[in-house]
Amino acid sequence: MPKYAYYPGCAVHASARDYAVSAQLVCQALGIELQEIKDWTCCGASSAHPTSHLLGLSLAARNLRLAEEMGLTLTSPCPACTSRLAGARHELRDPAALAEVNDILGKDFGNTVGVEHLLQVLSKGDRALPVKRPLGGLKVAPYYGCLIVRPQKVLGFDHEENPQSLDRLLSAVGAEVVPWGFKTECCGAGMPMARKDMVHKLSGRILAAARSAGAEAVAVACPLCHSNLDMHQGDMKPNPKMPVLYFTQLMGLALGFSAKELLLDTHFTDALALLRGKGLA
Amino acid sequence: MARIGVFICHCGSNIAGVVDIPKVMAAAKELPLVTYVDDPMYTCSETGQAAVREAIVKHGLTRVVVSACSPRMHEVTFRKALAQAGLNPYLLEMANIREQCAWVHGDDKAAATEKAIQLIAMAVAKVARHEPLTPKSVGVTKRALVIGGGIAGIQAALDLGNANIEVVLVEREPTIGGRMAQLDKTFPTLDCSSCILTPRMVEVSQHPKIRLLTYSEVKSVSGFVGNFEVEILQRARKVDMDKCTSCGICWQKCPEKVSSEFDSGMGKRSAIYIPFAQAVPSKPVIDLTHCRYIKFQEWQAAPEATRGKKPMECRICERLCPPQAVDWGQQDQVLKEKFGAIIVATGFQTFDYSVYGEYGGGKLPDVITGLQLERMLSASGPTGGVVQRPSDGAHPKTVVFLSCVGSRDDKVGRPYCSNVCCMYMAKQSILLKEHDPQVQSYVFYIDTRATGKGYEEFSRRAQEEAGTVYLRGRVSKIYQEGKKLVVMGEDSLMGRPVEIAADLVVLATGVEPAAGATELAQKLNIGYDTYGFLMEAHPKLRPVETQTDGIFVAGMAVGPKDVPAAVAHGSAAAVKAVGILSQEKLTTDPGTALVDAAKCVSCFLCEEVCPFNAVERETLRDKRVVARINESLCKGCGLCVSCCRPGAINLKGSTNQQLMAELMALKL
Amino acid sequence: MSVNAVVPAPGTPFVKRVEGLSGQKVLKCIQCGKCSAGCPAAFAMDFTPRQVMRALQLGLPSDELLGASTIWVCLFCQTCSVRCPMELDIAGVMEALRLVAIEDKHPAAQKNIALFHRLFLWGIARTGRLHEFGLGGMFNVRSRQPFLNVSHLPKMLFSRRLPVLPPWPWSKGAGEVRRIFRRVQAAQKASRGSHA
Repeated sequence: MPKYAYYPGCAVHASARDYAVSAQLVCQALGIELQEIKDWTCCGASSAHPTSHLLGLSLAARNLRLAEEMGLTLTSPCPACTSRLAGARHELRDPAALAEVNDILGKDFGNTVGVEHLLQVLSKGDRALPVKRPLGGLKVAPYYGCLIVRPQKVLGFDHEENPQSLDRLLSAVGAEVVPWGFKTECCGAGMPMARKDMVHKLSGRILAAARSAGAEAVAVACPLCHSNLDMHQGDMKPNPKMPVLYFTQLMGLALGFSAKELLLDTHFTDALALLRGKGLA
Repeated sequence: MARIGVFICHCGSNIAGVVDIPKVMAAAKELPLVTYVDDPMYTCSETGQAAVREAIVKHGLTRVVVSACSPRMHEVTFRKALAQAGLNPYLLEMANIREQCAWVHGDDKAAATEKAIQLIAMAVAKVARHEPLTPKSVGVTKRALVIGGGIAGIQAALDLGNANIEVVLVEREPTIGGRMAQLDKTFPTLDCSSCILTPRMVEVSQHPKIRLLTYSEVKSVSGFVGNFEVEILQRARKVDMDKCTSCGICWQKCPEKVSSEFDSGMGKRSAIYIPFAQAVPSKPVIDLTHCRYIKFQEWQAAPEATRGKKPMECRICERLCPPQAVDWGQQDQVLKEKFGAIIVATGFQTFDYSVYGEYGGGKLPDVITGLQLERMLSASGPTGGVVQRPSDGAHPKTVVFLSCVGSRDDKVGRPYCSNVCCMYMAKQSILLKEHDPQVQSYVFYIDTRATGKGYEEFSRRAQEEAGTVYLRGRVSKIYQEGKKLVVMGEDSLMGRPVEIAADLVVLATGVEPAAGATELAQKLNIGYDTYGFLMEAHPKLRPVETQTDGIFVAGMAVGPKDVPAAVAHGSAAAVKAVGILSQEKLTTDPGTALVDAAKCVSCFLCEEVCPFNAVERETLRDKRVVARINESLCKGCGLCVSCCRPGAINLKGSTNQQLMAELMALKL
Repeated sequence: MSVNAVVPAPGTPFVKRVEGLSGQKVLKCIQCGKCSAGCPAAFAMDFTPRQVMRALQLGLPSDELLGASTIWVCLFCQTCSVRCPMELDIAGVMEALRLVAIEDKHPAAQKNIALFHRLFLWGIARTGRLHEFGLGGMFNVRSRQPFLNVSHLPKMLFSRRLPVLPPWPWSKGAGEVRRIFRRVQAAQKASRGSHA
């Protein structure tokens, strides 16, 4: 049974609880054990890293060290956390930087731990999915966001410009994946407080692109993307009214979990009507 | 009676898709003297040619019309087919029903068919009056003339010499080497220019097959391919080259110092001089406009009333020369030589930037040209490799380069790209940094054109390693402020005006044909463009040939080129010349003009109009002088035919009678 | 002298500092503009990413870049970096510029973005984890936009997606994070001291 050191990250732990719950359910169904890192703390993303380099590295390294102690590969459902943790691991290959960070931590961290996003974990190999309720041709635009595959030399996962792992997963559970050009465009990231206008503009064009590609829903793999695309739709003019679901929620539906179990009723933009129409909820 | 066969080609669907072939065949069968008509799918294919050959034999054809494409395309092909079938190859006529009919009348098939029928009727009328013709052959003078001793000419001369062909290399300057000899280093490898050039120059001077004529110019050219006659003016050096030992005493002791052309005015030379230390031949010349003794002689010769103060008689060189090589009596000489082929490699000069008033118009001392900087960078140059400001000799720390000075500029009549400036600016900025790491260079550019092998990488090296700052924009003005030159430009990438206080400004002056190139082209009867660059016969497929057989062009004389391209061009021209000089005899097209002496009224208008100097005067037994066409020179252009008032001249294969017959066959 | 003419000054100490922090050599940039063309935030920038690189190449006064909105508006999505034909990490250069601006206490052109990051860190430094409710509340107060995003509150609270209580500040992790903050501050003070 594959086992991972699970790092939810602050957002998934709280506002993206639906992501956390659906991720756990899907992993259970697939026989993947997510063992949460005890006492994890902020990875350093968003604010620490672009404020102080050393601070960003140290905050990330603290969590990496905890996973290293567990002797497991670290996985996170949050691309920002994954990117920051993997980025730190990449930078700490420099022995001088590692020594400096170890000084700060006051611990002996060896920088030997692997870091993978949950999508990478779930799309590994040719895992047979015990699909109980195929998604019946639900037209989904797979939205990866910017950080899940970037930069390639740090993450080494999928493809920077035209990633395929989410496409394959969604197809495997019976969704019809629509081809479109906004797979890795940025949604506005952490700007909803300081520059709401930017989020509206960037997320708005992503949703419009999904609509014109013929999608009925957008699948995401990032709590920030979900918040920007789902929660802020109501403030966009015109309201795109495009359901936005975590890929784990879509998988969960196909694996037989109910919409309620998957917390699909907590979204701002209603997804239930669409799912009911398809006989999925 | 002629028995004419007509072959109407389908050319796949090229012709058959537009022209109604059965209808044309039916019409062709009705034409007088036509005894056989066929319609091969592709007449030029081996099957098609075989059909022509077989029909000639089987049906006893004596004339052939191939109604297909342009004669430019396949006349030679079908002439060969006729010859293989035992027929004189000139008993062929082609009717062009593809380019001049099917391709241009696709929108009106009926009219195209009618036009094809008429074109064939004309060809039939003409071919019936064809006479068998035989090409003439002339001998070949197995010697080549190379005009211009720069790198392209040197390469051509060496390649010819190594092919065992006798070469005369004519150079206007006292030494060979050309512009490349002035360069310090060459891009993108930064190998020293003279280190790679000098061995080639020496090789020329020592080559048993090459005769070097420096300080010489081509005076006149006559003759034709295989047999040119050239007059070469060898100017008097006033130094006996056999006696001179190149000891150097004369040019060291000569008291008259003048600005050195070789150093682009950055250094001095004496009145008796060799242009540079490695000159080939390393024998000095006396510059007659500056020599004090010559001035003294002029003073002596002038009428007493007009002459001023008596100048010094000087003659120091003559007195000090150990082998007594100075020869005041030496005169210019005209040599007459015969050649089978000529290669013109007269090279380039740099644009005179004084027309740019906004760049100081040549009045700001610290605004120099790329070639001038090149001389300063050279370790063997006038400053020993130390870069100095001409105004005060100070070593510049901030150097600004301006690209496209006299290039890509309609206003000064130079809209073309000079090809080499981008790279030499990159090179010079790298060298400046190598000479002194404290130098900061700036390059104002419009585009960086780095298309050669390793060039883009070299250009990046200038920017990334030498730290040269490239600013996209054209400088508007340069003005002096104290000891600095203020360069006003724009960084069009940032969209902001930029000003740099420079110690030295280097203008990347563009290239233009060497002075006198067009006059020489006229003597050679070859073409040149509006800028004076020599014209190739075809810019892509015949890049070293000219419209005059036996004359080839190479190097910068044809257009802007870097050293590798000029060398390749020189070699290419040499190979083309070998193509002629390796023949024992040259055959000439028999379609030449022919004078009927009985009708000639000796007006010689034909002589005046002939572009190929093919009209000669012949004295008949009755002492009458009439025109005669030299068949080797005649290109069959027909100018003489149309201007001949008594109608005494005819073009073989296109006689007046044939043209009339063609016209009469046309039904309007 | 032209009005506002730029006097190029390549390789100023400021440029060297940015190059040192980012590990990027600005002269490598060929100004092709691929970064700006693909930048999702370019519409909100005063200098496009290409212009930032150009300004560094020319050595424009540091105030221009440190006072630019660009360095705050950049989303660090890495699009520029992964597409750069010269393999320059342009997002890394943006990050370096922001670090310099923070270190030098240069007034931020985007006050609210700077505020967001300060508050974010303030919270992390205390509890080790992000407290979204707290951050949002403080941001609204400090940026004087009391009603920003409050329309989302009822649903978030109702669906238990926005914990009102902050993470337990006396956890082992929070304590370690506080120590990391202290040590990093000390280390940076020491290194600044040694530079001076």
